[in-house]
Amino acid sequence: MKSPILQSASKYLLPILLLFSFFLLLRGHYYPGGGFVGGLVASIAFVLHSFANGTAQTMKLLKRKPLSLIPIGLGLSTISMVMPMAFGLPPMTGLWFEHPIPVIGMVGSSLFFDLGVYLVVIGVVLTILFTIALNNEEENS
Amino acid sequence: MLLTILSGLFTSCSMVFIGKHLKSRWSFVLPILPALLFIFFAAHVPLISSGNQQLQHFSWVPSLGVNFDLRLDGLSLLFALLITGIGTAIFTYARYYLKGHIYFDRFFGYLFLFMSAMLGVVLSDNIILLFVFWELTSISSFFLIGFNNDNQDSRKSALTALSITGLGGFFLLAALILVANIAGTFSISEMMDSRALILDHPLYPLVISLLFIGAFTKSAQFPFHFWLPGAMKAPTPVSAYLHSATMVKAGIYILARFTPILGGTDYWNYTLIIVGGITMLYASIHALFRIDLKGILAYSTISALGILTFLIGIGTQDAFIAAMVFLLAHALYKATLFMVTGIIDHETGTRDITILAGLKKVMPPVALAAGLAALSSAGLPFTFGFIGKDLVYEATLHSPLNDYIWVLTGLAIVTNIGLVAAGFMAGIKPFTGKLPTQLEHVHMPSKSLWIPPLMLAILGVAFGIFPAFAGNYLSIPAASSLTATFFTKNLQIWHFNLILVLSIATLLLGTLIYVLNKPSVAKLDKLAKFDKVSPQCIITGYANDIVRFATWFTNLFHNGYLRSYHLKIILFAEALLAYKLWVSGPIKLDLWMLTYPDIYEVVIVAVLIGALYIIVTTPSRLTSVVSMSVIGYCICLIFVIYSAPDLAMTQFTIDTLSTVLFVLVLYKLPGFINFASKKILYRDALVSLGFGVTLSLIALKAWSEPISREVSNFYGENAYLLAKGKNVVNVILVDFRGIDTMFETVVLSIAALGVYSLIRLRLKSSERE
Repeated sequence: MKSPILQSASKYLLPILLLFSFFLLLRGHYYPGGGFVGGLVASIAFVLHSFANGTAQTMKLLKRKPLSLIPIGLGLSTISMVMPMAFGLPPMTGLWFEHPIPVIGMVGSSLFFDLGVYLVVIGVVLTILFTIALNNEEENS
Repeated sequence: MLLTILSGLFTSCSMVFIGKHLKSRWSFVLPILPALLFIFFAAHVPLISSGNQQLQHFSWVPSLGVNFDLRLDGLSLLFALLITGIGTAIFTYARYYLKGHIYFDRFFGYLFLFMSAMLGVVLSDNIILLFVFWELTSISSFFLIGFNNDNQDSRKSALTALSITGLGGFFLLAALILVANIAGTFSISEMMDSRALILDHPLYPLVISLLFIGAFTKSAQFPFHFWLPGAMKAPTPVSAYLHSATMVKAGIYILARFTPILGGTDYWNYTLIIVGGITMLYASIHALFRIDLKGILAYSTISALGILTFLIGIGTQDAFIAAMVFLLAHALYKATLFMVTGIIDHETGTRDITILAGLKKVMPPVALAAGLAALSSAGLPFTFGFIGKDLVYEATLHSPLNDYIWVLTGLAIVTNIGLVAAGFMAGIKPFTGKLPTQLEHVHMPSKSLWIPPLMLAILGVAFGIFPAFAGNYLSIPAASSLTATFFTKNLQIWHFNLILVLSIATLLLGTLIYVLNKPSVAKLDKLAKFDKVSPQCIITGYANDIVRFATWFTNLFHNGYLRSYHLKIILFAEALLAYKLWVSGPIKLDLWMLTYPDIYEVVIVAVLIGALYIIVTTPSRLTSVVSMSVIGYCICLIFVIYSAPDLAMTQFTIDTLSTVLFVLVLYKLPGFINFASKKILYRDALVSLGFGVTLSLIALKAWSEPISREVSNFYGENAYLLAKGKNVVNVILVDFRGIDTMFETVVLSIAALGVYSLIRLRLKSSERE
């Protein structure tokens, strides 16, 4: 039941949705958005791709298991949490670069924390959905 | 001092990585750490024995008063030297004893962990720190007792030991917290100043009862003694180290440490004398009936611990000196005897004293070590055990309880007679007599096995010949810690008075009993008839009742049906919320305040109700899932209307993904058949309606109450100032309450791991079939 329309749509939608999710992540500090929603949108992008092309294809596209995103994300959050301690500040103190970076805007430790959340959310959602989906596909074949 | 504790912990952790390489050729580095620590503490002897103490302070959680405070005084030093000194001997010994064992590295990891924990217990000056290390000794002991994890008995004994000592740990924690509350400090040295305050406090009897339970469980006092014989399932080095020389003395250490703070009252003294007296007598008589070498040693250890408790209970300066001398003497000879038992077990494969005999022909140095230790344990002149026993009699004869002097002395004499006989049974009997033919093939053990026990045995004799040396440098400073004032006293080799007569009488009677007493299986069986009234049976009986109750209680709530969990959770929440609503008084609702709904609000609510109707009536799972997501999107629209874009976005994505998830799972379920009876349907409807009503009432309540805007104002004002963000919701998530978010992500990760492992691992096992 693979639909060519969905397949070609997902080919263009995937990068756009991923960009959008990243945009949500970056603007989170000032406008509605953030790591959690961004992560969910990114997962939806991949789920859409897997609907169109099959989960195995999406896994191929990802190259690694989505599970591996979880430790990376958790690690990133933890590092950004304890980073201020290296400067003699209590953990979770916000550290910011003095000048905004073009396109991205102000960069600070909480952005990295949010990036960690973003990665964990993608990892968790895709792990749960793809594990179940792959299991179903294997039992069918 | 901090390093002495941390080095062991660090080594223990690093065993995971480097343990493999230490298994054979490099294993000689293992005893180096305890040896270095021993030298470190030995270097402090001159300082401490002249009446000083050393303090170290590290801030840990200063806001709670929990600091990494360490203190080295006479008592700590004696214990630290025992832990590291006997530790060095045990590490050397165990290196050969367990040579080639597959879990060699694991064993030493536990042993290092234990050593550090024990050092932590005796060096801590902060009660929270003390408790943490106290529990760590229980846990490392659990792993060591259950080290032979393929043996059911060994696992069971480990669990018993952990339950008993862990239970005691709870009581100890309660006692420590109470005492800290009364004194207003967590620091042990500061508590000394509040002694009068604590003694007069109405909670004082409770405090010391709790403390006693903690100490008695750890130090195997009657009626909690039975875990110790069971703990002998551990490899012999462990029995020697933990269950005779160090860990079981942690309870004694606690009693000694708190004597200057809590001791000296009638309640304290009488309890200790009675419990210690019963324990020492009971165990010393029990020891005579054992036929397993380790069993004899276990009971005589319990008896020795009883003597120590008893002495602390007498509470005079003489008694404290006697306790500290006896502690040292006992550690030296008992560790030796255990190691000798290990050698015998290792070489002959049996520990049955009815079989063992004549081994001195095949292993003379071992026989020498065992003989010296047995003599010290019997209290022959020129051994340190003799000095110890002398002092015990001196303490009982000069105790302040004038009317009971002869009762106390009599108790001590009978106990010691039993210990003399038990010491001979363990240290002399296996080596004398005719060598049975089945043991003729036995050969000399490796040097590393017999040198450590021999060294300890010789030390026991050396201290006996120069008692003033051991006394002035080790035991007397330790005893001073119990009285809070420093004193000195020269120990004599002997006194020519009544005490010497008593000592000699004890020795003779003990020897007589040794000669006459022929322990056998038959006698042991006779003894087993009394098991029904033994504390072990009673306490395990209670434990089993608790387990049965727990099983029943768990089954009541945990029956494996998701619907039943949901029902219980929702009912409970309803009850709780309804109660809270009821208590908080009537809802004052001003209907005129309500505005008329807009047309799109009406439309959304209509769609919601329609979707609800479909969910309840549809016979298809897919339809109900889709209707659920319709509800989700409607709620999402409501969020949009009431300007909560963050919530709306999240709700929207979550709803999409959960629909996908549902569809994936639905695929696996069998066709939908409604098994529920009418009754169950009505019940469920009632519960759901109740929940809806409760939540609506809460919403109305929240609306009618005046709102406190303090918190939201704080976030609103400070979001940009402190965290440089304009989106307050996001700033709360990633900055103000970032730790919450962090742990939420951890929970999510665990859920993902759970799904992954449940599905993937199940597949793998089916593939194997």
